[in-house]
Amino acid sequence: MKNCNLIIAGVGGQGVILAGNVIGEAAMSSGYDIKKTDTIGMAQRGGNVISHLRIAQKIYSPIIVEGEADIVMSFEKMEAARCSNFLKSDGIVILNNRAIPPLSVSRGVEHYPTDEEIISILKQKADKIYFVEGTKKAEELGNARTLNIFMLGCLSCFLDIEDSVWRECIIKSLPSRIVGVNIAAFEQGIEAIKI
Amino acid sequence: MSVNKKLLSGNEAIALGAYHAGIKIAAAYPGTPSTEILENLSQFKDIYAEWSTNEKVAMEVGVGASYAGARTLVAMKHVGLNVAADPFMAVAITGVNAGLVVVTADDPGALSSQNEQDNRHFAKLAKIPMLEPSDSQEAYEMMITAFDISEQFDTPVLFRTTTRVSHSKAVVELGDKKETPGVKGVFKHNFQKYIMLPANARFRRPLVEERVKNLASYSETSSFNRIFKGDDKLGIISSGMAYQYAREVFPGASFLKLGFTYPMPENLIRKFALKVKKLVVIEELDPFIEEYVRSLCIEVTGKEFISIIGELTQDIIKKGSYSIGILAENEVKKTEYTAPKLPGRLPLLCPGCPHTGTFYTLSNLGQRSVLPGEKPREPKLIITGDIGCYTLGALPPLSAIDTCGCMGASIGNAIGMQKAGVDEKLIAVIGDSTFLHSGITGLIDAVYNKAKITLIILDNKTTAMTGHQEHPGTGKTAQGEETVAVSLESIVRAIGVKNIQLVSAWDIKALKNSVKTSIDSGELSVIIVSGACAVDLRRGVDPGIIDVNKCTACGLCLALGCPAIQKDGDMIIIDGSLCVGDNCRLCRQICPNKAISPDGARQSERISEEL
Repeated sequence: MKNCNLIIAGVGGQGVILAGNVIGEAAMSSGYDIKKTDTIGMAQRGGNVISHLRIAQKIYSPIIVEGEADIVMSFEKMEAARCSNFLKSDGIVILNNRAIPPLSVSRGVEHYPTDEEIISILKQKADKIYFVEGTKKAEELGNARTLNIFMLGCLSCFLDIEDSVWRECIIKSLPSRIVGVNIAAFEQGIEAIKI
Repeated sequence: MSVNKKLLSGNEAIALGAYHAGIKIAAAYPGTPSTEILENLSQFKDIYAEWSTNEKVAMEVGVGASYAGARTLVAMKHVGLNVAADPFMAVAITGVNAGLVVVTADDPGALSSQNEQDNRHFAKLAKIPMLEPSDSQEAYEMMITAFDISEQFDTPVLFRTTTRVSHSKAVVELGDKKETPGVKGVFKHNFQKYIMLPANARFRRPLVEERVKNLASYSETSSFNRIFKGDDKLGIISSGMAYQYAREVFPGASFLKLGFTYPMPENLIRKFALKVKKLVVIEELDPFIEEYVRSLCIEVTGKEFISIIGELTQDIIKKGSYSIGILAENEVKKTEYTAPKLPGRLPLLCPGCPHTGTFYTLSNLGQRSVLPGEKPREPKLIITGDIGCYTLGALPPLSAIDTCGCMGASIGNAIGMQKAGVDEKLIAVIGDSTFLHSGITGLIDAVYNKAKITLIILDNKTTAMTGHQEHPGTGKTAQGEETVAVSLESIVRAIGVKNIQLVSAWDIKALKNSVKTSIDSGELSVIIVSGACAVDLRRGVDPGIIDVNKCTACGLCLALGCPAIQKDGDMIIIDGSLCVGDNCRLCRQICPNKAISPDGARQSERISEEL
């Protein structure tokens, strides 16, 4: 797609903000107008993070209105469900198969939704759901923190941005010693969607 | 195409704009959403940037630098301007020498603040000009103009941004840096201008009114106040981020976009009002523009349909607009979809946080924590709190803070309660950066007025909540230079406190003993609890492991509120990827069954399996 309203969701520390910044750079390099805003709250202290990214020829508001997101990409399972209100009726969900239970769950006060519950929540809105093994693949690569770049690989299959631009922007955004493993994660992300 | 484009947040654009305007000095105290402005400026080694002790000092440093001929930026969050209001109001009368721009980063919706306040009123109060950007491009351009305005009209300029402008990224077309010669600061003595003796203050008073008049005519022609012609059925006056939302909700309407929002352009507003059939103001927080328009006897509406409370959204504008009939029903989305109810993620003290042990201790002594299956007890102790990460100690399961208002308030609040005659023992809790910011004067008051309270200073050697900024106690400046680390202990002793204890944040027994002996001493006492912030610690190295054979799942360790300790069915486990291992050890100290230990061998095994 050329124009895109994208929501990226996750939990503090998962690399949501960096992923959004790379997408922003890639979109700008490709000649788009782009605005991005994060609702972080106190994410570093275990809260959830939602990044809004809007890519088009001209953008006014950085915030995506409920029901206007083309894609929700979530680094954590339950957080995808939390963002379902943003989805368009024919929206796409890219979902990393990883649960990070909040303290209320780990203290036994609340219940973490099952995969079936999460999917049924998303199905009310989403047209397509891509369940990807980002955390697993990143750990297999020997660096769990490459999850965010793996997810960028998945996303790149849906945006009208050249592969070379993605790679350039990833290289620019990361310290050189971890570029190799992140490019590998990016490629695995693409593979996860294409098969 | 050789246009220099960058993707910048509002705060990055503000910093770069100020740098390109040729500032020599920048001063700030960290506070969301303003922090990144000075963080970015401190990267430039050809200017001087400092973290000041507090916002009042930052403002005074800025005023001095401006008097001495250096273009200067001062930045703070909205409540910071309350702290800095005294020098701010003073420089509004004296005026400046070189340009002085004061950034106030407001937080509509109180996303990370103790309150919501619309600091546009400060421009009117101080009778100085105000600029309000609506995105990063404007933030950059307005900052450069702000310095020109400051010098042309001999006035500080209030630069008002909001969380959404400061923290959103957008494409910015950059110009070149203004070349300013590296002149030495020069102060030109001027009795009537710089010394606000009553007679001089009275002399300058009419000049301030004259300045407002001149600024009002400047406002008429400012390129930041612009009409965008559309359908004349509806005219919308808007400013800041609200303008961006309104443009999307009403793509066809006529707009008067205000960027220079004090003093407001009377004639431009009258002209715009005459051209449109219905006039509305769409603005975030208070009816600042609306009240001015109404004072011109122009028929207008605004807060009648847009809430005065909280951060605006397009949905709020749409629903309000439908309610007064300026938006058709089909434009308003039917909420046929209700978002699912899911477990929330309350903010927590991090795994390995040096504050956890203190609050666990206070929680126990104050009878706050409730074990599963137990009834809540009547709380003991009164614990006055302050602003920082440690305010999270107020949340369950710790629940060990009873008040939190503003920076430094914990000490004065405790003194007041003790003097009011409460029966409970009083404990004030404050962080290191906050103590230096505005706790010292409270402690002096406690010594002077013989207050019998206990003060706990939580010294984690950083300004943690805003993202690890240096402060006078850290031994490093904003620009990374080594410097004197101001000693908290020496300050406390010098003030005259006799009963001082120094305790490690990782020793539960010592924490308990020190708090007990302090509150029982019947005199003013201070406990300095030291332990470095855990945010940057490596996790997953030799984490604690719970021995299932020894663990009785009593749940005592859950009372720490550590995110790494979790319940898995009937069992309690430690998430090894979150635990900071030997850097903390709190849970090992409180487990009655000695069931928690680091299991190096098993851990190494697991890591080699992963690799």
